[in-house]
Amino acid sequence: MASTYKIIDKAILSSSQASIEFTGLGSYSTTYTDLLLMISLRSDNGNYFDNLKITFNSNTTGYKYIAVGGNGSAAGSDVFTSDPADKIIGIINGDTATSNSFASGSIYIPNFSSSNYKSLSIETVNETNASSAYMRIASNMWSNTAAITSVKLQPYSGSNFLTGSSAYLYGIKNS
Amino acid sequence: MAATYEPIATTTLASATDIITFSSIPSTYTDLVLIGNPKLSGSLDYKWYVNGDGSSGLYSQTRLVGNGSSASSGRTTGANVLYINANTPASGSVQTFIMNFQNYANTNVYKTVLVRYNDAGSETAARVALWRNTNAITSISISTDSSTFAVGSMFTLYGIKAA
Repeated sequence: MASTYKIIDKAILSSSQASIEFTGLGSYSTTYTDLLLMISLRSDNGNYFDNLKITFNSNTTGYKYIAVGGNGSAAGSDVFTSDPADKIIGIINGDTATSNSFASGSIYIPNFSSSNYKSLSIETVNETNASSAYMRIASNMWSNTAAITSVKLQPYSGSNFLTGSSAYLYGIKNS
Repeated sequence: MAATYEPIATTTLASATDIITFSSIPSTYTDLVLIGNPKLSGSLDYKWYVNGDGSSGLYSQTRLVGNGSSASSGRTTGANVLYINANTPASGSVQTFIMNFQNYANTNVYKTVLVRYNDAGSETAARVALWRNTNAITSISISTDSSTFAVGSMFTLYGIKAA
């Protein structure tokens, strides 16, 4: 695509890894307006799913999360405002999910260098052809006026992302 | 890659306002994407309409909403405008919404709009809307019911080319 929508960085795991972190984003603050993360993730959590956690600038405070979704039999909505659940942004596959299946998702971060609080738009799914699977749409707010300079993804319950997991970070320019 | 995703217009508010309008939208793209990142001066609801049409009753919408305790779905038909939010966000809060206008310049079809709305303090939602008019969309307006969008709010319209 044009320079308005360009890959900044990527992580494709060739071995298990506790986190995926993109750093040095401050250098893109005048080049791009928005960030988009496209993810394909699976953790070593001993279940068919796990939650995905995000941290900006290594800062562990000021997050809140609200989601709506379904698991194939019911729909519901959650809200988390306390650490560590407030950093959840969506659902990913766990270690007992169908082999070779990875959750897919997108995380849109507009105006990442602004002095406003940061509001995220998130979609994640963990379809595995099993009896249950999750899909979620979610919002997360980081109540901090600092420009985002790093983004860290971690499994919530598991210890590692498994081999084959990937995350692609795009920059989007609005002019 | 090809230039398939291009900014058409953007505004970052230097002063508070109660309406944002993207006008004179060219018909040279296939789809439009509007990214909104408003900060609110007051506790307020906000809505959208196209081509200045805020009175024809030609809008309808289906929504899926989560408010943190329950999921719900509802419909709106025969509306003059459509709201982007269902639960009124707090004063000073920041939202993100993403609107996809499919096939916006095709004069043979009514216009479908997908809306993702995010306010981590009150609601996350997905909406699909229809404007029952075959005219090409040439302007898009986002307006508040009361109070204003605050300084620093950002709105950007992108065009996507299928070829």
